[in-house]
Amino acid sequence: MDEFLQSLIRGLGNGSIYSLLALGFVIIYKSTQVISFAQPAFMLAGAVLVSYLAPAVSFFGAVLVAAVVIAVLALGVERTVLRPMVGKPVFVVAIITIGVDVVVRVVTNAFIGLDVRQVGDPWGLDTISFLGAEVQQRYLVMIATTAVVTAALFLFFRYSRIGLAMRAVAYDQEVALAQGISVGSVFALSWALAGGLAALAGVFVATGAGVDQQLWIVALKALPAIILGGLESLGGAVVGGLAVGVVESLFGTYQGDFAPWLGPNFGLVAPYALMLLVLLVRPYGLFGKREVERL
Amino acid sequence: MKGRPELYTSYAQDMAFLNTRPKRAWTGGLVVFALLVPFLITDDLLQLLATAFVAAIGAIGLNIVTGYAGQVSLGHAFFLAIGAYTGAALSGSETGRVIGFGITSLPIWLLASGLVAAFFGVLVAPVAVRLRGLYLAIVTLGLVFLGEHVFREWTSLTGGPGVGRPAAVPELFGVRLDRDNAVFTAAQQLYLVMFVLLVIFAVLARNLVRSRVGRAFAAVRDRDLAASVIGVDLTRYKVLAFAVSSFYAGVAGALLFVVNGFFDPGSFNLLLSVQYIAMVLIGGAGTISGAVMGALFITLLPRITRELPAVLPFISGDATGAFTVFQLEAVLYGVLIIVFLIVEPRGLFGIWVRVRNYWRTWPFSY
Repeated sequence: MDEFLQSLIRGLGNGSIYSLLALGFVIIYKSTQVISFAQPAFMLAGAVLVSYLAPAVSFFGAVLVAAVVIAVLALGVERTVLRPMVGKPVFVVAIITIGVDVVVRVVTNAFIGLDVRQVGDPWGLDTISFLGAEVQQRYLVMIATTAVVTAALFLFFRYSRIGLAMRAVAYDQEVALAQGISVGSVFALSWALAGGLAALAGVFVATGAGVDQQLWIVALKALPAIILGGLESLGGAVVGGLAVGVVESLFGTYQGDFAPWLGPNFGLVAPYALMLLVLLVRPYGLFGKREVERL
Repeated sequence: MKGRPELYTSYAQDMAFLNTRPKRAWTGGLVVFALLVPFLITDDLLQLLATAFVAAIGAIGLNIVTGYAGQVSLGHAFFLAIGAYTGAALSGSETGRVIGFGITSLPIWLLASGLVAAFFGVLVAPVAVRLRGLYLAIVTLGLVFLGEHVFREWTSLTGGPGVGRPAAVPELFGVRLDRDNAVFTAAQQLYLVMFVLLVIFAVLARNLVRSRVGRAFAAVRDRDLAASVIGVDLTRYKVLAFAVSSFYAGVAGALLFVVNGFFDPGSFNLLLSVQYIAMVLIGGAGTISGAVMGALFITLLPRITRELPAVLPFISGDATGAFTVFQLEAVLYGVLIIVFLIVEPRGLFGIWVRVRNYWRTWPFSY
């Protein structure tokens, strides 16, 4: 039972990282209909930035600064590279974001070097007793932070003027334009939001083990999450992220006993298998919008 | 209609394989030139070009499913891997470590690799029929990750990560192509065989896409709903596109490592898929010659950047300096994708078309 609770908490902790990343993907997708493959690079850049800033301005200060800086960076990328491509086929734009990802990541890697950099977080690998099971503190922090961020985002989209504008653009760009909403700044803002979320996620990934050049691969786990939840659904992104985290963690713990023929480390790819299964039943994800097509 | 090259009097003439006289001349000239190349340049460049030709076969395959039929696939590395392992297992010899069946005849294992990959393509296709756009892109990406896992664990087939196994054994009519013999060196033989294979597969692809099937692909790409209304069977043509594309990927995968002779399961990752996407997009989506140009360009790019430190002294040639040639290569790769897609969405093929149109009316090209 302890083992189960531990792996559940670990899954929810990692899952909340995936949720943050998935929220970024979905926010960009909703406003621009593009999946941004640049998210892994922003995540890595955020973590690296924190590892440099933390000694100077404390861990929490560094996280705040990094989130803002990466948000501005993402905004700049949108403004210079993505804006000329508005109205082009979404696939072409998605591939451009892969190009952005490669460039940002190579530059960031130059700042990492070959060794592992520490982000200087106060938790490390310390554990705490939670409902009778020893769980790592950082997982609880991740879950709590993600809960707060998600709640803030939902309030933002529900009540704030800009949030409503973003939803209007997601609903219909032309109508939003006619209402006096600046669609361009909504695009930029959604990239900035996604960049900030990615930076935050990157810091959490780096707690415990530190930052190395392979960190970016974690961000790809958010892809099955957004597909599971449905590309248009913010709630779906959170649920999908948590589901991916839990599936990964439970497979990691129990698959060796129940299905050893799948090979060790199947947990790492289990989310993709889950994604395939869900899509066979629901081609638009769990909460995605079923497109109505007209000629 | 002699002397009036641009006057078409029949549909068949318009759709002909090489429908203009300059096209015939250029193609003929290029083929002759390519056949002369092995006697002009050094062996290491020949090996690189042979690899580029194989990559071109793979890129043509991806272009059929993505460029012509409009089904975005990030899973090309998966099908390349299936081809590579089918070829290697069929032609390799049984050792204590890896399985092998010792069928070394190139046509047999090449065909088998293509067919096995095509079979997996057909298996995947039903998912593609239900999904559209970016959903499909991510599902095919998931395929790459699942494939990587399987190939990592199935060590009796793949030799395991970091170790790998020998690539397929190329033997044609009893002649080992990867060994020097009295007439040719190994590099020259491989170059010529890869070139002939590329020509065969390029011609086949060109013929496919200018037929009824190719037009159906284009209709599905441009507006699948409209296509189905005018009677194009969506399921059938999507499955067909995936099957053909995977067949090409399988063939390319089986040949891809023949030049190097060894490969490990870590090669078939997301990066490889992205490389093929880059070949198609930089070359020009929806054109066969574009795919070939893109494949040559992407494969030769590392070689070109490696020459740069001699010209630009601030770039360091080894892995220790502040700004190394490897970083430059990766950055250049990303920047090229961005620049091409923003400035010339039709890729190298588009540039060629513009050059051609400029000279066609020269000196009155305004």
